[in-house]
Amino acid sequence: MRKTYINGVGCVSAQNTFDTFFLENAELNHSKTVLPLIIPVYKDFISPVAIRRMAKGVKNGIVASSLAMKESNTTTFDAIITGTGMGCIDDSDKFLKAILDNNEEFLTPTSFIQSTHNTVGAQIALGLQCKSYNFTYVNGSVSFESALLDAKLKIDENQASSILIGGIDEINDYTVSLFKLAGFIKEEIESPNDLLNSTTTGVIYSEGATFFVLDDKKQDSTYAEILDVEINNYLEIEEVEEKIVSFLKSNGLKCDDIDAIILGYNGDVETDSYYKLLSKNTFKSIPQVYYKHLSGEYYTASAFGLWVASKIMKSQEIPEILKVNSIERKEFKTMLLYNQYKGIDHSFTLISRC
Amino acid sequence: MNKGVAITGMGIISAIGNTVEENYISLLNNKTAISIIENILTIHSDVIKVGEIKKTNKELSDLLQLPDDNNFSRTAMLGVFAAKQAIHNAGITSINEYKTGLISATSVGGMDVTERYYYDYLNNEETVKYISCHDGGDVAHKIANELGLKGMVTTISTACSSAANAIMLGARLINLGKLDRVVVGGTDALAKFTINGFKTLMILSDGYNMPFDNDRKGLNLGEAAAFLVLESDEIVNRENKKVLARVSGFGNANDAFHQTASSENGDGAFLAMQKAFQVANLKPEQIDYINVHGTATPNNDLSEGRALARIFGEENMPEFSSTKPFTGHTLAAAAAIEAVYSVLAIQNNVVFPNLNFKTKMEEFNLSPQTTLKNKNIDHVLSNSFGFGGNCSTLIFSKNK
Repeated sequence: MRKTYINGVGCVSAQNTFDTFFLENAELNHSKTVLPLIIPVYKDFISPVAIRRMAKGVKNGIVASSLAMKESNTTTFDAIITGTGMGCIDDSDKFLKAILDNNEEFLTPTSFIQSTHNTVGAQIALGLQCKSYNFTYVNGSVSFESALLDAKLKIDENQASSILIGGIDEINDYTVSLFKLAGFIKEEIESPNDLLNSTTTGVIYSEGATFFVLDDKKQDSTYAEILDVEINNYLEIEEVEEKIVSFLKSNGLKCDDIDAIILGYNGDVETDSYYKLLSKNTFKSIPQVYYKHLSGEYYTASAFGLWVASKIMKSQEIPEILKVNSIERKEFKTMLLYNQYKGIDHSFTLISRC
Repeated sequence: MNKGVAITGMGIISAIGNTVEENYISLLNNKTAISIIENILTIHSDVIKVGEIKKTNKELSDLLQLPDDNNFSRTAMLGVFAAKQAIHNAGITSINEYKTGLISATSVGGMDVTERYYYDYLNNEETVKYISCHDGGDVAHKIANELGLKGMVTTISTACSSAANAIMLGARLINLGKLDRVVVGGTDALAKFTINGFKTLMILSDGYNMPFDNDRKGLNLGEAAAFLVLESDEIVNRENKKVLARVSGFGNANDAFHQTASSENGDGAFLAMQKAFQVANLKPEQIDYINVHGTATPNNDLSEGRALARIFGEENMPEFSSTKPFTGHTLAAAAAIEAVYSVLAIQNNVVFPNLNFKTKMEEFNLSPQTTLKNKNIDHVLSNSFGFGGNCSTLIFSKNK
């Protein structure tokens, strides 16, 4: 089997993740239930005309992908694969509002054109003049992992050597108000603000774009190797451990072989129990990492999780702010990521040091 | 040639029928279903015609025996309807007996409910249950739940090529042994959102769509869902299953030209077809019928025609037709319903007509097949292209 390496990463998020090494400037937000983005200087990456035309998600996608390409020193790809849960929701809402507010009259096509879910992947391809394979996945919190899985298949099939993948989601005020109404986003920050010990339902929300350059060849910039990815639509809490064990087994590994587990804790008291069971039992004696207190939850927040895992692998260190427990490891060789949202769309991602 | 992945079941609901059989009968009898829109209130109802499924949401929900307090979008209901048929057609009674996945496709997901309740959400508590229905994944989850499927479920959204890409991914997952069985296809319901979107792009016809005609004026939108069951040869052999046809080739490429328009020479389409031939290990002269994308917009048919001429040569084109005059352009579902039609063409050795064609396009010497034609069909090529330069080609072959 050919190998799949992460050779470059780029991330735009609620933390400063684009001109720092890791999360050395990370700050916990104690006032907002929707974490604002740290906005990059777009004009360093995109022409002024395009900046005005493009929605936030597209711009962030272009910045994050540019950063990943710069790190890996690659601009030609055999595939560009993206994932997005909500797609270009801002342009979609703009067009829908115009339809509803003006009774289907006086419409212009711009926001409709930009509202298509594959806009980010298409715009990147257009910019690079990349005519190769171009897919976009939209399946809740496995949107990004679907892209990752597809990329790994492409390399396994010998159909690609270099692939750009990313997870992008954006949020706007109206969607936030609907998500609050439906109880998806917490009404207010709990006091004390401790995501791991939340007592309320709903999550802290945000948005972001995270890209990775994957390649079948290792180079100086390589972060880690992607060993395997698995997605499942629905699992009972009690089924997760068994699924993880068989996932690891199919990769010739046991739970003891895992040096750290990256968990998708998001502060929803009901569904965080999926993670808690693992934290307290199977993986209680290994370092555990969480990250959504910094990134917020969104359908492709797990791409931020893989960004965190990549950085830990490269630095061989877990920053204090990410630690669920106080267990230490001298070396991080194999790490497992587990994510789900609302009890559905479960993903396991296995990476190793190289 | 590459043996391809076995198709063992199909299900469909479109404007021309609620079953595979009904769709086939309509195709044989030139029974189109482009009509005046009834289920959506739009100011454009006098000037546009659509391929609408003449069932209300209530009728669909009753047919599916959904509980009264369900929160299914029309997109999800159409998808469940077609997917259940496909499972039944494949003779599957225990869905999780083998490692089974679902790869769905949709363009705007639950937009039909979002646009209906967008402002009501804030003051009508009963509508709040629909807030979670907007994203594409909700549709796939509802289909999986209704099928009782537990496993790999995902959704592709690359505009009008989405379902072709779902079929492609499914075939790859079977080829690689990642899944034993996979339900693949797409679903899209008509929505004010897409009607107005295409209207502002000025690519909606005010009459009946005329693919590959010099005087074509644009497309008719439609709604549909179709799903196919793909199974590994191991299952096929073990259970002695009937194979309807095989997915033997597939290719995806990006035109990298414009967000919504195709390049003049159809580079993306050319590359997608070229890749599909490589995967299938077939030559263009082995294709017996092409189900073209043929939306009847000035841009698509010119670009697709140029790409076809580059691959096949104007003088050597096999019979080709667009079936969109029957169904309308059903966006993310289009490639799935056309996959069903491609399989029907193979099973029945018949080329379906390209209706409404009168005058050859002046740019090239290509005339679609305009009447029903019986001939032996071993291989069908089906094209689907979408916004964002997304170009996909599938090749279906007779099971030998």
